[in-house]
Amino acid sequence: MSNIFPKNMLFHFVVLAALLLIVLPMSLDVFRLNLVSKYLTYAFVALGLVMCWGAGGILSLGQGVFFGAGGYCMAMFLKLEAAAADIGCTRAMQEVGECIVQSTPGIPDFMDWASMTQLPFFWLPFNSTFLTVVMIMTVPAAFAFVIGIALFKRRVGGVYFAIITQALASVLSILIIGNAGYIGGFNGITDLRTMNGWDIRTDNAKVIFYFVTVVLLLASLLVSQFVLKGKLGRVLVAVREQEDRVRFSGYDVANFKVFAFCFGAFLAGIGGAMFTLNVGFIHPTFVGIVPSIEFVIFCAVGGRFSLFGAIYGALLVSWAKTVFSEAYPEYWLFAMGALFITVVLVMPEGLAGLYKRYCARWENKILFRRGNAYSTVKSVE
Amino acid sequence: MNMQSTPESSESVLIVENLSVSFDGFKAVDDLSFDIKKDELRVIIGPNGAGKTTVLDLICGRTASSSGSIKFRGKELTRMKEHQIVRAGVGRKFQTPSVFENLTVFENLEISFPRGRNVLGSLLFRRDAEVKDRVREVAETIFLEGVLDKSAAELSHGQKQWLEIGMLLIQEPELLMLDEPVAGMSVSERTKTAELLNKIITGRSVIVIEHDMKFVKDIAHKVTVLHQGKVLSEGDMETVQNDPKVVEVYLGHN
Repeated sequence: MSNIFPKNMLFHFVVLAALLLIVLPMSLDVFRLNLVSKYLTYAFVALGLVMCWGAGGILSLGQGVFFGAGGYCMAMFLKLEAAAADIGCTRAMQEVGECIVQSTPGIPDFMDWASMTQLPFFWLPFNSTFLTVVMIMTVPAAFAFVIGIALFKRRVGGVYFAIITQALASVLSILIIGNAGYIGGFNGITDLRTMNGWDIRTDNAKVIFYFVTVVLLLASLLVSQFVLKGKLGRVLVAVREQEDRVRFSGYDVANFKVFAFCFGAFLAGIGGAMFTLNVGFIHPTFVGIVPSIEFVIFCAVGGRFSLFGAIYGALLVSWAKTVFSEAYPEYWLFAMGALFITVVLVMPEGLAGLYKRYCARWENKILFRRGNAYSTVKSVE
Repeated sequence: MNMQSTPESSESVLIVENLSVSFDGFKAVDDLSFDIKKDELRVIIGPNGAGKTTVLDLICGRTASSSGSIKFRGKELTRMKEHQIVRAGVGRKFQTPSVFENLTVFENLEISFPRGRNVLGSLLFRRDAEVKDRVREVAETIFLEGVLDKSAAELSHGQKQWLEIGMLLIQEPELLMLDEPVAGMSVSERTKTAELLNKIITGRSVIVIEHDMKFVKDIAHKVTVLHQGKVLSEGDMETVQNDPKVVEVYLGHN
């Protein structure tokens, strides 16, 4: 096991866990903590990108598709519950603002506004908590599987793959916006209130969701580490470097790429579902091109070869976004573009690369009481 | 392993028949037929553009043929995918050394070890004693037992070539195809490579593409000369060298 979870990895893990489970909850108010929850949901996507982009060299500019898929699955579940609560609404109740009278009670409000009278078939699984969890865990990965099989089996890769995934992100957001009656359209799915009867809008719920998010993220980190440090991770690195050599060592390379892409989509989907819970709504702007590129920037800034780097990257860049856009809202996009260019030009391994260069030595002295235990091998850690 | 030179040695492992491929009308390989016997070491020579590398590409499935057949131990390779051809027992080394520079020498060899080559298998793969022993054994053969923990990027050009040969050896292929294994090597590395090749050919058939005539003389059993996608001459080194057609192609008209 010490191969998979070496001492310095455990050290980083303890530091991160302490930061997320103790330091931040004790030092931030509920509003700020809830913002951190939101940032952490992006970190799921960044973790997935370390797997497909860092290790496997597959740059996806469409992770928003999977983040959105997970987010929408969760939102559809919560929305049905909110809609069911509105059955039996009377004029008198509406006047005091308790609910809204619908011409077809029991269906989500936006469907009613679009004159729909019946729940579309793809909403049916979201009546059940269990099926919702199943959908969150399978729908994003299933999307990725179809895209992956279609592209990787035909050996579409590199920049072509990136462009196609970006186009898909755009297509999905347009599709959502264009189908207001079926999936909420441009307004997204809003006014989510309870989960199995428990109010998700209270401060109490927000703190609990924060901890759930952190625990899931740390678990995802460990699973990713397990996959990357095993032979599969090394095969992915090998594919990134010399795809043909892997093929001529008897591997069906496309299957490994599909796996990495699905794994990334799976994590992104969980992140999306947690996003909906923490923020209380989902919106088509979290599906399209802009968030998809932001996810890549989080990963690049943190360091695409480092799982920890990806998490810190997501936290720091999102925090910078909040601070910066509170002060100068119109300049944030320029700042982020400049940040991305700087990272690509000056520090291709991101913050994790800087850490490795300047701080790893003293860390090793403390942990191992000797110098340079880091290998010179640039695989993935 | 001893040389198994008795009855089966006359049996053909690879039979190429009427193989053709054209790229935009240019016939890179033109109605080519040859066969490789068990335990044979065949060298393919020929001027630039004769189609040598293309022939290897066709056998290992990297290029699809236009017509003709390639039979390896009775299996038709032209219809199989690259990884299936590898699993059937055909190993291929590329012209430029292609190793995984961000992995260690050990990990390079381990990836080529024929176990856990699908997604699930590689997730469940464990580095057990069998893997370690086999990697060490092969590393010794290719003169790299001292650098197993070094990253492949730190190896010299010659060592990378050996590493790639090692990555093929660990697959235990029945047919080994080497594209210019001594290109860019120093004289001492060449000698060692010839020694290595002589060590590893036992019990398998080998096709080598090479330009270095001295090296060819050292190792070849039989030489095939390709010219414009066709076999120009075939036989032992002496026969080929004295063939007037070969002399003409290599030296031009006098």
